[in-house]
Amino acid sequence: MYKYDTYDRAMVDARVEEFRDQVRRRLEGHITEDQFKPLRLMNGLYLQLHAYMLRVAIPYGTLSSAQMRMLGDIADKYDRGYGHFTTRQNIQYNWIKLEDAPDILADLASVEMHAIQTSGNCIRNTTSDQYAGAAADEVVDPRPYAELIRQWSTFHPEFSFLPRKFKMAVIASDIDRAAMKLHDIGIQIVRNEAGEIGAAFYVGGGMGRTPMIAPLINGFVPIDQMITYSEACLRVYNRHGRRDNKYKARIKILVHELGKDEYTRQVEAEFAHLLSQNIEPPLAELERIKAMFADPPFEAGAPDELDRSDPDFALWVDNNCLAHKQPGYIAATISLKPVGGIPGDATGEQIRLMGDLAQQYSFDELRVTHAQNIVLPHVKKADLYALWQVLDANGLGTANLDLVGDIIACPGLDYCSLANARSIPVAQKISQRLAGKSQEIGELKLKISGCINACGHHHAGHIGILGVDRKGVENYQLLLGGSEAADTSLGTITGPGFDEDGIVEAVEKATQVYLSNKEGQERFLDTYRRIGMAPFKEALYG
Amino acid sequence: MAEVQFRFRDDEPVADPGVTVDAFGEQTNAAAVRLEPGDDARDLIPHLARLQLIEVNFPVFGDGRGYSAARILRESGYQGELRAVGDVLVDQLAYLRRCGFDAFAPEVPLDPADAANAFGRYAEVYQPTTDGRAPIWAKRHSGNNNG
Amino acid sequence: MKILTGNDLKTGAVTWWDGVQWSLHVEDAVDVGDHGDTILARELAARRVNAAYAIDAVKDQQGIRPGHIKERIRALGPTVRPDLTLKPADPAAGDWVI
Repeated sequence: MYKYDTYDRAMVDARVEEFRDQVRRRLEGHITEDQFKPLRLMNGLYLQLHAYMLRVAIPYGTLSSAQMRMLGDIADKYDRGYGHFTTRQNIQYNWIKLEDAPDILADLASVEMHAIQTSGNCIRNTTSDQYAGAAADEVVDPRPYAELIRQWSTFHPEFSFLPRKFKMAVIASDIDRAAMKLHDIGIQIVRNEAGEIGAAFYVGGGMGRTPMIAPLINGFVPIDQMITYSEACLRVYNRHGRRDNKYKARIKILVHELGKDEYTRQVEAEFAHLLSQNIEPPLAELERIKAMFADPPFEAGAPDELDRSDPDFALWVDNNCLAHKQPGYIAATISLKPVGGIPGDATGEQIRLMGDLAQQYSFDELRVTHAQNIVLPHVKKADLYALWQVLDANGLGTANLDLVGDIIACPGLDYCSLANARSIPVAQKISQRLAGKSQEIGELKLKISGCINACGHHHAGHIGILGVDRKGVENYQLLLGGSEAADTSLGTITGPGFDEDGIVEAVEKATQVYLSNKEGQERFLDTYRRIGMAPFKEALYG
Repeated sequence: MAEVQFRFRDDEPVADPGVTVDAFGEQTNAAAVRLEPGDDARDLIPHLARLQLIEVNFPVFGDGRGYSAARILRESGYQGELRAVGDVLVDQLAYLRRCGFDAFAPEVPLDPADAANAFGRYAEVYQPTTDGRAPIWAKRHSGNNNG
Repeated sequence: MKILTGNDLKTGAVTWWDGVQWSLHVEDAVDVGDHGDTILARELAARRVNAAYAIDAVKDQQGIRPGHIKERIRALGPTVRPDLTLKPADPAAGDWVI
């Protein structure tokens, strides 16, 4: 894992003091709310429906045990005993007092964490593959490249007042587990035929009200030019991105309006200019970072067999664990989606427990997934049963990864001031209704957003649900056929929307259409792609 | 026109207000120009040698195009005064300074103590710009080790 | 009726204008008629409230009912966490927001 040096530490410490000063100036009336708002947002502090909300950055979703325990402590000390893990691998707290916020940041800084640029029209926290460093299919561990981007983007002087927010993701395998093509910039670290490492740039993807899949604009940027190329992409956007309409201000609109080729031409011209400016960190810096992401001291010859005699355990292994590149080890996902629970929420106690378990069983490391779950990336198979027993006893053993109950949901109108409808109650009802059938239904990625901003990734769900406001009443649209994996696609709306009970019914009907049409090993998505929308429409509206 | 409140240069300030980019194209003797967010800073590159003052206007602080304009001008070798004018607020000062601005004429004068804090807040920086400050990565690999 | 709501600047708590000060309870809200803008300008400037705005509401048997579900949820708390609402003892309190 990355460890701060004196420079990184000084940076977050200075930020704490800066924010303390900004809060003071706001409370004393030296700055208006209009002036303060972008400042607090650049530190992840929103004013939501019921209180201030603080979003804490978890760079590329990687955490140490000590950091995780601190997140649990903050939930208890400053919030109401819980936190919410987000679709961008961060955590947010719902009940924060403005006057406490600087102290929270100081507590975070003590474990090398911060809330820098977790909101605002700037470069946000960079996300990555939750199995980085553990997955057998990665070209390299993508996180050192994400860390390079983290440092480059932190307080970037030119790109802190962009037309709109800017999200980046870095992966390093062909199987995309980070929805890379649905980001403003998605980078896939690749190896070319000569064996050299480079970065493929996909620019202009996103969800929101105009969902777009990012086109590839450069298939191989040499790795020692990745930051310079990113700078060129951003500069073209900062200069020419639309600022007249906030709904058209994301880079996807610029790329779309200019056309991929013209945008690329402008980026290449800016890139050629910037190469002369020597802004790229040297490879020695990448090497310094990479050394901190070296494999943990795996035990050679650890037994590769699992005792599967406990059927509940075997089910959890089959659903929630992923093969590890190291024989004798496995990556285990802790579902934060208990049946009928609030997706992504965990109590302070659970958060600390997961931190402790990571220390005991996973070389001190945890990951947050964009599907709002937690991964212990390096668990010895011989320890897995003991780990599962503790998880199961603490409400953390749900065996539903990628099943219908593993729902992504934004906070919705229960918490969010932008939402048009509640998301969580819909997730709870669907998860309860279909719990008994989830093994039969198999992989089904269900994603719910409470408004068109699409924090719940509804466009990319095999089944997506979008909450809308219809004359002051919550109404839910159903989408089918989205995906955020390597076969990225955007869902299609089935037709007229439903009320809260109606949408639960509609999801169940869609699963029935799938089960009665399924051929062989097809997943829901495969069947939908083969048979098309018509049979689903017939069942829903016929 | 707002007063210049902070200036990090020793030469005499230019007294004339900047003309618009359009007017500048016609007035071959003008030494000061005012850039609006929609103007292309690169249009000025052929004329940088005779320019002594470029004002970059920030009609609203959230419009960040002026930051790119400033860096482009400095990267192109502009040595004259680069002045941020308009809705310039305390918490933007450090970013503006790093992008090459060396004079500031905020519409509403800023608290001098707050401004001094803002200019000096960050002892280190992650990115190189033309302001001459060595980025953290350069210091890490300069031979002097640190914790 | 027109009522005013906002958040406490320091704590972020949802508040309602009761004619004299800002209350945590929507039942205390008063009809401000045409004076909403004046009161808001004064209260925001004095930093006694943050991000405040006027909404339509009606008075019924149960008290004051904001016209839109968003403010009804603001008035109660998150419906998915009854324990954290202003009516933790009433499991059916969430029905009021619909």
